[in-house]
Parts: sequence; C-alpha cells; structure tokens
Amino acid sequence: MKVKVLLFANLRERIGQSVEVVDIPDSASTVAGLRIHLMKRGGAWQEILSDMKVVRVAVNHDMAAANAPLNPGDEVAFFPPVTGG
Amino acid sequence: MKVSVQSDDFDLSTEVIDISMNTRTGAVASFVGVVRDVPMTLEHYPGMTENAIKKIVEEARTRWQVLDYAVIHRYGDLQPGDQIVLVAIASSHRADAFAACQFIMDYLKTQAPFWKKEHHPEGARWVNALEADDEAAARWKSLKQPQRLVQK
Repeated sequence: MKVKVLLFANLRERIGQSVEVVDIPDSASTVAGLRIHLMKRGGAWQEILSDMKVVRVAVNHDMAAANAPLNPGDEVAFFPPVTGG
Repeated sequence: MKVSVQSDDFDLSTEVIDISMNTRTGAVASFVGVVRDVPMTLEHYPGMTENAIKKIVEEARTRWQVLDYAVIHRYGDLQPGDQIVLVAIASSHRADAFAACQFIMDYLKTQAPFWKKEHHPEGARWVNALEADDEAAARWKSLKQPQRLVQK
C-alpha cells in the first residue's frame, strides 16, 4: 500500500526532499514498520531514523506513536522535536 | 476567536481590541515572543500547525474561562527584534487570562510543529528542543485540578 511521507527541518535537509509516496508491504503497516522500511534504504535514511528520541511522527496531522496503524493514502510526517514560540 | 499561522507581522493593539468586545470581559492578558540577537528562518507544517494550535486552545478553554482569544504565529525569515508569536486571552478575571495565556504558550512550544533555524555568522544551525520547555508543559499535567473553575 502507498503512504505519503513528509520530512521537515533537518530531516528534510539530510534527505534532500520534503515529500515522497512510499509503497510499503501490508505487513509493515504501522509507523514502526514504515520506519524500518525506510531505514533499509541505508545512507541518510538510516541515519535520520536511527534515534527516535530526536524524531517525532505525525499521521494525518496528529502526533502518533510507533505502534500507530497506517492505512492506504495516509500522510506520515517525520520531524525533530518542535522549537517554535 | 482567531488562530493564524502567517508570514506577515501582526499588531498587538489591533488584536487586543478585537478580542475585547464581549461586555463580560474584564481582563486581557497577552504574550509576544520576539527574535533575540540572531536572524532565523521558521519552518512549519502547513495543514497540521494551525490544527495543533487550535487543539491547545480548546484544551485551555476546558480549564479556564476564555471569552475570546487571538493566537498568531509567524513563519519564514525573521530578523532580530521581529515579533514571532502572539497569544492574547480575554476573560472576566485576570487569573483565568494569565493562566490560559501561559498554558497556551507552554504547550505551543512543545506541541505545535514549528522549527527554528538560526543564521549565525559561522553558519546556519537548527535550534535544539529544550528539556526546560518539556518540563514547563508537563507542569500543567500534574495539576490535579484546574487552577480556577471554568465559569461560562
């Protein structure tokens, strides 16, 4: 199934793009499954997603935990802890 | 009742007047965040950021009497002295106005998707999140009761 992956701030800069449609196996249809799928690409993907203490995840604009399920067409955003205000 | 994520500047007086129309209003508290000594670029998540702020405001409204409000957060390139964020709360009494204003700022700093990139002479760097900000937001969770009962 396909999900839309968005990256922000330093994660976006490390990968060099902000959005990508990713095809993941149905067996990997959680946030954690998507993360592992992306890390298998190696390189910068492996690096930015290796330490989840410095990565936050949102699914369809709501903050999500690792075990959150994913559905086709979901928008999944990875970003660092926020620093606004 | 206004939440806005915008690149344009804002005017505190205009916003305070706009939220003070309710005749039950007896107190307006406001906070303005300003860029310190380093130019910065603020990135946000269009679509999520505004909704995240609205949720924070709604949470505040379950805890305190909020008659009207304006929350404005800017994005894009900002210079030292520029205004970044405004939180203004109108209530009948000051305790609710002060508390709701501080609650919204504390949560905004840890929940709303914004990221600051500072432009130092030696190069640009992303600002790291502060544990102190997480602690400031967590402080509100440990309150067993709202500091003041909501009177609507």
